[in-house]
Amino acid sequence: MELALVFIVLAAVFGLFMAWGIGANDVANAMAPSVGSRAITISQAVIIAAVFEFAGAVLAGGEVTSTIRRGIVDAALFANDPDLLIIGMLASLLSAGIWLLVASRFGWPVSTTHSIVGAVVGFAAMGMGVEAVKWSQVGQIAMSWVASPLLAGGLAFALFFSIQRLVLGRDDPLAAARRWCPWYVFLAGFFMTLVTLLKGIVHLGVNLGTSTSYALAALIGLVVALIGRVYIGRIPYDPAANRDFHFATVERVFTVPMVVTACAMAFAHGSNDVANAVGPVAAVVSIASSGEVHATAVVSPWILLLGGAGIVLGLATYGHRVIATVGQGITQLTPSRGYAAGTAAAGTIVLASGTGLPISTTHTLVGAVLGIGLARGIAAINLRVVSTIFVSWLVTVPAGALLAAALFFVGRALIR
Amino acid sequence: MASDYISRLFGASPVRPIQEHFAQATACAMVLEPFFDAAIAGDWQRAVEARERIIELEHAADDAKRKLRLALPNSLLMPVNRSDLLELLSMQDAIANQAKDISGLVTGRRMRIPDSLGKPYQEFLRCCLRAVVQAERSVGELDELFETGFRGKEVDVVMAMTEELDRIENESDELQVDLRSRLFQIERQLPPVDVMFLYQIIDWTGELGDLAHRVGSRLHLLISK
Repeated sequence: MELALVFIVLAAVFGLFMAWGIGANDVANAMAPSVGSRAITISQAVIIAAVFEFAGAVLAGGEVTSTIRRGIVDAALFANDPDLLIIGMLASLLSAGIWLLVASRFGWPVSTTHSIVGAVVGFAAMGMGVEAVKWSQVGQIAMSWVASPLLAGGLAFALFFSIQRLVLGRDDPLAAARRWCPWYVFLAGFFMTLVTLLKGIVHLGVNLGTSTSYALAALIGLVVALIGRVYIGRIPYDPAANRDFHFATVERVFTVPMVVTACAMAFAHGSNDVANAVGPVAAVVSIASSGEVHATAVVSPWILLLGGAGIVLGLATYGHRVIATVGQGITQLTPSRGYAAGTAAAGTIVLASGTGLPISTTHTLVGAVLGIGLARGIAAINLRVVSTIFVSWLVTVPAGALLAAALFFVGRALIR
Repeated sequence: MASDYISRLFGASPVRPIQEHFAQATACAMVLEPFFDAAIAGDWQRAVEARERIIELEHAADDAKRKLRLALPNSLLMPVNRSDLLELLSMQDAIANQAKDISGLVTGRRMRIPDSLGKPYQEFLRCCLRAVVQAERSVGELDELFETGFRGKEVDVVMAMTEELDRIENESDELQVDLRSRLFQIERQLPPVDVMFLYQIIDWTGELGDLAHRVGSRLHLLISK
């Protein structure tokens, strides 16, 4: 393993680059509604996103990272030839990175998750033979790509329906909003904490047990809700704004749960998407440093830290521009809708992250928005864009696969 | 890296444009009041000025209508039926057209409204315009309806507004019947062609109230998609 250091450095650089790209682009989805409705400023959004993306990556990103690292390819087949697995993972990282760069250049809606999963499957199936891929696991991942938007859509529909029933459809929607919004804050805080405690931080060696986790999640949810209540209490009734649009102050009250949800979204995104960048890095590092293929070793925390740092770097250098652009175009996602869509998407993503399934955060959010649309909550959704987004993964998976296989062959020729 | 796809996901909301269109069409119809004040007084210079103002506002409404239609492609998922929305738009537009036609006919023929009919006609016109204003107020609730997702209290509010619209329209029907019978009583003393066109003007004015009423019915259909 004379090349061990080279491999580790290469993997770290590629991984950092991909994490940078994720931070620069994808994070905007979580923060844009809050910025668009002027609940927070762009610099506040960047700081919030940085904190929660980082926390999500480090606290809850382990499971998905493990899946990408060793859930897709059968490591046993590489036991005699660990170099090949390293080359394959490097090829996957590079191909996903190139594909994403090409796609964003042409403006295609491409999911990072789909690129990296396609790439790993591609190099294994074409480079080592079809039996090198754990097809049952890949089947599960593909199923989760269908299930996650559906689940998020259903949750968003239900949440928006409850908002209609409890707040918007009432005689005095403002009083109802002031009464119920702290509970919506609680719901977001409780659920995110619970899933993280139960599923996410297990890989850090922390296991609190079910009842302690529930109690702690409820406590954290209550604390967040109380803070939310203080902010809600400070929002004044604005007669001038309400004369034209009677729900102006109601929506202002909903900015509080929406901002909490934006934090949850950033956390969920960190927990799921950081794995796309650092999963292959984790594989390369564990093989290169020990010289053999471990099937069981845990992901070293420093790799998750690397991913988190990459995302924060992307946010800091480029993210504010993207957030500003998306924020202007997303004004239809008013705080009440932004809350429902964000909470549904974040809940689905964190749940999937807990089970180790890498899903597309963008697709999940689109599913949630469609759910609200079906509840008659959004004025106009462009179905043509919806279909391009969903069709994109049919293209992305084979494209990532072919590119990774090609790079794998090149890499193998180089070290032989 | 699909970030800006999330923002492209949202089509432009048709709510504000449709409200602005109706505001323009209503403003156009409202000019009929000063127009007839001038025409009945025989001040044709002022009447022609008012007529020009009507044409101007009608063109503005037309432009707004065209723009809105282009912004409503088939591929939009909306909480309301697209064809109902387009139907609502064309009725709003018909109100502006109607105002243009009425003022056009009166100016073109330099029509004289008999003294005994002047006051009742103005009362009738004001009632029809009240219906138009009430319809505009109902359409003004469209943003609140979209906000609530067409559920709950807001639906009742709009229903009450359209009921009021029904009431105003009934009143204008009664005034129309009364006006016709007044004209009938004096029609033999007037040149027959003038009488024919006076009936025409009464009909067309009543049509304004009808159109406003139909805007209200469309709003009902939108709500109960």
